[in-house]
Amino acid sequence: MDAVIGNGTEQDIMLEPVVLDEAIIEIVSDSGEGAQKCGQSLGAISARMGNGVWTVEIIPAEIQPPARSRAGASGIRVRIGSEKITNMGDHAQLVVALNEQVLYGRLEQKAYKPGTYLLIENKWANDPLEEIRTAYTEDVAKFREMGAAVYEIPMEEECLKVVRDARKGKNMWVLGMLCYIYDRDMNEARSQIRKIFKKKAEKIVTDNIGLLESGYNWARANMDLHFSIPSMATDEEMVVMNGNEAIALGAMAAGFDVCSMYPITPATSVSHGLAEMMESAGGKVHQAEDEIAAIGFAIGCSYAGKTALTVTSGPGIALKTEFIGLAVMAEIPLVIVDVQRGGPSTGLPTKVEQGDLLSVLYGAAGDAPKVIIAPSTIEECFQFVILARKLAESFRTPVFVLTDANLATGVQPFPRPKVSKDWFAPSIDQTPWTEGLSPYAWDPQTGLSKRPIPGQKGGMFTVTGLAHDEDSHVAYDPSINQRAAEARSRKLAALQQSLKPPKVFGAEEGDLLLVGWGSTRGAIEEAVKKARADGLSVSSLHLHFLSPMEPDLKKIMQRFQKVVTVELNYSDTVGRPLITYENRRYAQLATVLRAQTLIDIDCYSNVYGQPMSPIRIYNMVKRMFAQYQQQLKEQQS
Amino acid sequence: MIGIKADLIDLDLPEVYYSIQDYESSTARWCPGCGDHAILTAVQKLCREEQLPPEKTVFVSGIGCSSRFPHYMKTYGFHGLHGRAFPVAEGVKFRRPDLDVFVITGDGDCCSIGAGHWVHALRYNMKMVALLFDNSIYGLTKKQTSPTSPLGTSSNTHPRGSVLPPMNPIQTTLGFTNVSFVAQTADWQPAHMYETIKKAHQHPGFAFVRILQRCPIWMKDGFCADVGNRDMLALLDHEDGIEVTDEVRNSFPTIIKHDPADINNARFYAELEDQVAIGLFYQDKNAPRYDLYGTSNLDMTNDERLAGLNAHLDRFAI
Ligand SMILES: Cc1ncc(C[n+]2csc(CCOP(=O)(O)OP(=O)(O)O)c2C)c(N)n1
Ligand code: SF4
Ligand SMILES: [Mg+2]
Repeated sequence: MDAVIGNGTEQDIMLEPVVLDEAIIEIVSDSGEGAQKCGQSLGAISARMGNGVWTVEIIPAEIQPPARSRAGASGIRVRIGSEKITNMGDHAQLVVALNEQVLYGRLEQKAYKPGTYLLIENKWANDPLEEIRTAYTEDVAKFREMGAAVYEIPMEEECLKVVRDARKGKNMWVLGMLCYIYDRDMNEARSQIRKIFKKKAEKIVTDNIGLLESGYNWARANMDLHFSIPSMATDEEMVVMNGNEAIALGAMAAGFDVCSMYPITPATSVSHGLAEMMESAGGKVHQAEDEIAAIGFAIGCSYAGKTALTVTSGPGIALKTEFIGLAVMAEIPLVIVDVQRGGPSTGLPTKVEQGDLLSVLYGAAGDAPKVIIAPSTIEECFQFVILARKLAESFRTPVFVLTDANLATGVQPFPRPKVSKDWFAPSIDQTPWTEGLSPYAWDPQTGLSKRPIPGQKGGMFTVTGLAHDEDSHVAYDPSINQRAAEARSRKLAALQQSLKPPKVFGAEEGDLLLVGWGSTRGAIEEAVKKARADGLSVSSLHLHFLSPMEPDLKKIMQRFQKVVTVELNYSDTVGRPLITYENRRYAQLATVLRAQTLIDIDCYSNVYGQPMSPIRIYNMVKRMFAQYQQQLKEQQS
Repeated sequence: MIGIKADLIDLDLPEVYYSIQDYESSTARWCPGCGDHAILTAVQKLCREEQLPPEKTVFVSGIGCSSRFPHYMKTYGFHGLHGRAFPVAEGVKFRRPDLDVFVITGDGDCCSIGAGHWVHALRYNMKMVALLFDNSIYGLTKKQTSPTSPLGTSSNTHPRGSVLPPMNPIQTTLGFTNVSFVAQTADWQPAHMYETIKKAHQHPGFAFVRILQRCPIWMKDGFCADVGNRDMLALLDHEDGIEVTDEVRNSFPTIIKHDPADINNARFYAELEDQVAIGLFYQDKNAPRYDLYGTSNLDMTNDERLAGLNAHLDRFAI
């Protein structure tokens, strides 16, 4: 249904909107054309209308890629739904492209499918350069061949009717067009523009509102696409942000005093957020000379009683490992945020992977038990940093918060947290230290002990990474080491006592249980819902604590015929050359769960660097059930 | 030790008076004749003379014989990782201006594995004292070549003699941006060593002191052999330099007048041909300090923090 585009002078086609449960929209362009601002605005308008929203930026590999280059696609995906949206979903329904070249990268990533609406800027058809004109015509024809529903849109031409320079502002014209197509509230749209350009001259505001309305009216007159996505209006105050911003705000709400870091993608933006927030609302960001220094500095702060966190990604974790061992050994509270990316080595710096679980869990020399938690939503990114600080202090231990590039860049609205002073770290205890109390007076039940802080009279002791006794004296008797290791390990068991078993999503028992952790939760649960609607007996379990694990996991898993972890890290597939059931290397959570439960847990994982999509999981589930039925049949015959 | 200084006997007697014993912890386990013993004595004397409250004093070290030092002080201590004392010490000081921080490091600890942090510690110029115990060998791990081992030193890793000329830590520090205090002394010159550490402690910034340290176990032919050789050391002398009595001054055959404000001459004297200069090479009391940046918003109340946080949340409100 390649539409014939009218010239806008005909009578408005007043279509009744087609009601959708949800829609996935992408806006792609060369970098610097404002596609992201356009998409963020569409997301914010929809969130204010009460829709569920997830947005994620499409980032080119280079800072300033050449114009109209295939790898240079910069943009945004916006998924809008009637209900809460928890992930970026599968194929886009509609894509706005400011040139045809930038679509190629996305096509390679299978972001679109036949039938996807491609709304392409048509000015390239009349470009002065012949090669551009040819490329445009040929590629548009190719997209049609591939089954896309292509609309060639005179964006530039229409913008020039409102402003003199179309490069600035075309994004707001596109926003207007999308507001018509998806039946967005134009009053919200206008106030969004006022908000974006709050600090700009009034002329700029009115120009952009002019562009917005022009886009809207043009679409109304010319487009045959018109949808609505019903929403439940809410009075609740909402905030919208990405996972890294949520971590930064969480760190502020937890009252962290210092963020000590070294820049690394995709973790850095946490500290960008914190740098200004801490200056004005308490605390300091320290940019250290390297990751080793960053964690050493944070440990120094924490030892001196000031709450500190360090933020990094895989390669940084590798460098910090020796200090992590020291923090475990010397029992120094510390929060380490690991925004995971593709590895090993420099790997895929901007892409998602859940590849650090094992290195974080087992990376240090010797036995180094520590707490590891993994948020699964943007809101949890905020909450888990606060939780992490409390755990670090109560259990006198380093605590890891594992997020990933998907959470780092995913944007989701959630109810505005009602922050309170009670969440802040308490001020440093400078009262005299209890006479006769050792700096490591390990409680025989829990392994817990209270730590002296410099400034406390009578508490003087020397922290050491050497094996030590209760008084922090270097242990020459090896039995002390055995006892101390037991005390440190006992703390995890003590923490586990306070945790509740995780809740199963779907039925409590059945054929198949999917187990996930971290950012994949939304996609897994969406796939489970879809498969259950097909009548398949599948449920899922999402782990938030990876060390110690939540209790009763084995009990829960035993209620299912088959358990499969769904993870974004590498695992071997049986049947590939040389790979057998015996030598197969499992995904990371599967490895740990198999060892802990002795259940023959399977795994489904990959390292495409893409967020786990619901459709992949759904297809995997379908395949598994088909195989299972096949096996049953074979057994019967 | 009677525990009371003569000039303190007046009506303003402080409530507590700390004696040397108040700074002594377990007996030091260094080898007999090790220069580290003398440094420990000098530092404990400084603590007593300056009446440093033990609970406000923190010794941070790396790993090595020398880095055992904090265990022998009855103050707060942090015996951390090999080469990583500087970042920890910087963290301790960053938001705790009330703490008096000392760094204890060895030549392997500072000039080899920790060299990256050393450069930056000099540049951060946070108020603390750094004492480099330079025995020009790896002591704890049993005689491996260190970056400061003299050319030709026979060690377990270079049994036929080390093949590179030694790094000169004084010259190196004098080359770093924002360096603010560089001094050198020797463990067998107790009076000079004491005054040098004292001057370092008074410095408003990062005070780096290299102490030539004897290791009679692995480097018998090193500084141990030099002790009897009066000509080996040259004294840098100036009214702004290290204070010495006439008696000490007269024990040095070579005395060099050197103004510690003069960095070019400092670099020249850092590398004398046949002698080693001790004294204050360079001091700049006005170099920018990172610890002052660190504490700039320290006095914020929880109410102000909460208001600030809410203002930032507003930016994300929809
Ligand atoms: C990461 C790491 N690498 C190596 C070591 C082994 N090690 C301990 S002390 C030391 C060298 C100590 O030499 P120096 O710093 O000169 O101190 P000294 O013993 O001479 O006082 C080495 C290599 C270690 N503890 N940690
Ligand atoms: S080995 Fe050398 S440096 Fe180490 S304690 Fe013995 S004498 Fe001192
Ligand atoms: Mg040494």
